[in-house]
Amino acid sequence: MSQNSVTFGFFDEDAKKEMRRAMLKAVALPGYIVPFASREMPIARGWGTGGLQVTLSIITEKDTLKVIDQGCDGSVNAVNIREFILSVTGVRETTATPDATIIQTRHRVPEYPLTDQQILVYQVPTPEVLQTVEPDTARQKEMHANVDYAKLWVLLYEDTSQFGDSRIAARYPVQVNNHFVMDPSPIPKFDIAKMNNNPALQLFGAGREKRIYAIPPYTAVEPLKFSDRDFVVEDFTDTPCERCGSRGVFLDEVHLDDGVHYFCSDTYHCDTAKEEAANAA
Amino acid sequence: MLLELHNISKIFGSGCRFCLEETGEIADRAICPRCHSIVAVNNISLAVEEREILGVVGESGSGKSTLLQLIYQDCGASHGEIYFNGHRDKKGNKRDILSLAPAQTSWIRNHEMSMIYQNPHLGLNFNFSAGGNIAEKILGSGEKRYDVIREKALYYFGKIEMPVSRIDDYPINFSGGQQQRIQIAKALSSSPRLLLLDEPTTGLDVSVQARILDLIKALQYEMGFAMIVVSHDLGVINHLTDLTVVMKNGSLVEYGLTDQILEDPQHPYTQLLVSSKL
Repeated sequence: MSQNSVTFGFFDEDAKKEMRRAMLKAVALPGYIVPFASREMPIARGWGTGGLQVTLSIITEKDTLKVIDQGCDGSVNAVNIREFILSVTGVRETTATPDATIIQTRHRVPEYPLTDQQILVYQVPTPEVLQTVEPDTARQKEMHANVDYAKLWVLLYEDTSQFGDSRIAARYPVQVNNHFVMDPSPIPKFDIAKMNNNPALQLFGAGREKRIYAIPPYTAVEPLKFSDRDFVVEDFTDTPCERCGSRGVFLDEVHLDDGVHYFCSDTYHCDTAKEEAANAA
Repeated sequence: MLLELHNISKIFGSGCRFCLEETGEIADRAICPRCHSIVAVNNISLAVEEREILGVVGESGSGKSTLLQLIYQDCGASHGEIYFNGHRDKKGNKRDILSLAPAQTSWIRNHEMSMIYQNPHLGLNFNFSAGGNIAEKILGSGEKRYDVIREKALYYFGKIEMPVSRIDDYPINFSGGQQQRIQIAKALSSSPRLLLLDEPTTGLDVSVQARILDLIKALQYEMGFAMIVVSHDLGVINHLTDLTVVMKNGSLVEYGLTDQILEDPQHPYTQLLVSSKL
């Protein structure tokens, strides 16, 4: 390797080791938030640096990378991050969910079911789920240790009594492995069910907040909900995607001059569904 | 016995081995002359029976509130043991509740003991609605059914003579007396065995005071919990309690039936206290 080129994966080996240690701890304690030394990146904090650092410290030459932003492979954030990772690793890239070994995502879980050969890396803006009800970090740690989430439940109680259901649409609190309650990053409620018992390893990186946490493969993930109330998610059964005709997937609401349109949020799913429909016809 | 305190002390500061001897009733000071630590509670032993109402009187700084905080475990004791409600270890011996793990402590606070503070800001979370505050206590005791929680919250909100239509209002929108009543509803919602009241009516006007005291008394009669009432107002003590202890400089100086203490005080300090009553 020439003197001017960067090391594989941008970081030196000590930096990777530090982050992998944090990840090991995170995997050992599902849902527990582990601090790590978040490093300066060539993109601004708050633009996916947490996910980027996690990806760069676990990626190997054999990996195939997919990066999505709100389900889309082609949005600016996704393209920038993918181009950067490719430039410092030279790994193969893909948009096909089943072909990828590492999928870095911003705020969506892919529609296509993941396998135990894949790792899903989430970009997280606010890792601490108790932040809204308890600003004191020392108290937050105590509450996590004692599984004391009464204050989060009070928010749920208040929403239910005043609005009939929780008002949270994204970032819905989930309990991992019947212990820690964690912030699942701003994925829609629709995706919460996909986290539960998922064969893939799920890693969460928050660069600005300097935190890493994880859900190991096949781990129970349950949304906080009252036992006599249903967990209601976004319902798209009556509106198919206008491009591919899919039903039962998460749709984007697009406002154009001629009114409201609905398209798949997951672009890989939309492309394959459209192809299948064309082949069938 | 529901609650037993054995030689409980609380020292704020570094503390030395002379602290307990050189402060208290006889020494007539609460600050240790050698290490300048404050001995807020000095070697107190007490017992409270089921359904009993115990009053704690004394001047400001005599350690009344600290004593309650030690029982409720808002702060840890320096010496002594507290036995409560038949808690036992694996061998069947009585278990000191000061040595419990945090999860067990919060279990006791959510199921068996409640505290009503003088300042509603300490007892209520002002970011939550009145109903949310009551729900927090019920949720803490492990209930996860919304309908049950809501029903209980409405029940206790009605119990404190508040219009149930206001249950989703925030504490800031209630008067001081109403905030105090919401605290009572919150404290009672877990059906505790022991209720701790720290100056529950200080700062309220007399007509509101009387109504809150009547309410507490009626609820105690109905639900049958024991109470420890801390107050420097002898009228409150006379109205509520069966037994009274008098504290000075962190020590117990007199103990007896409330009417006996108020009619025939023995200790010079109690005599002074009773004679200063307006």
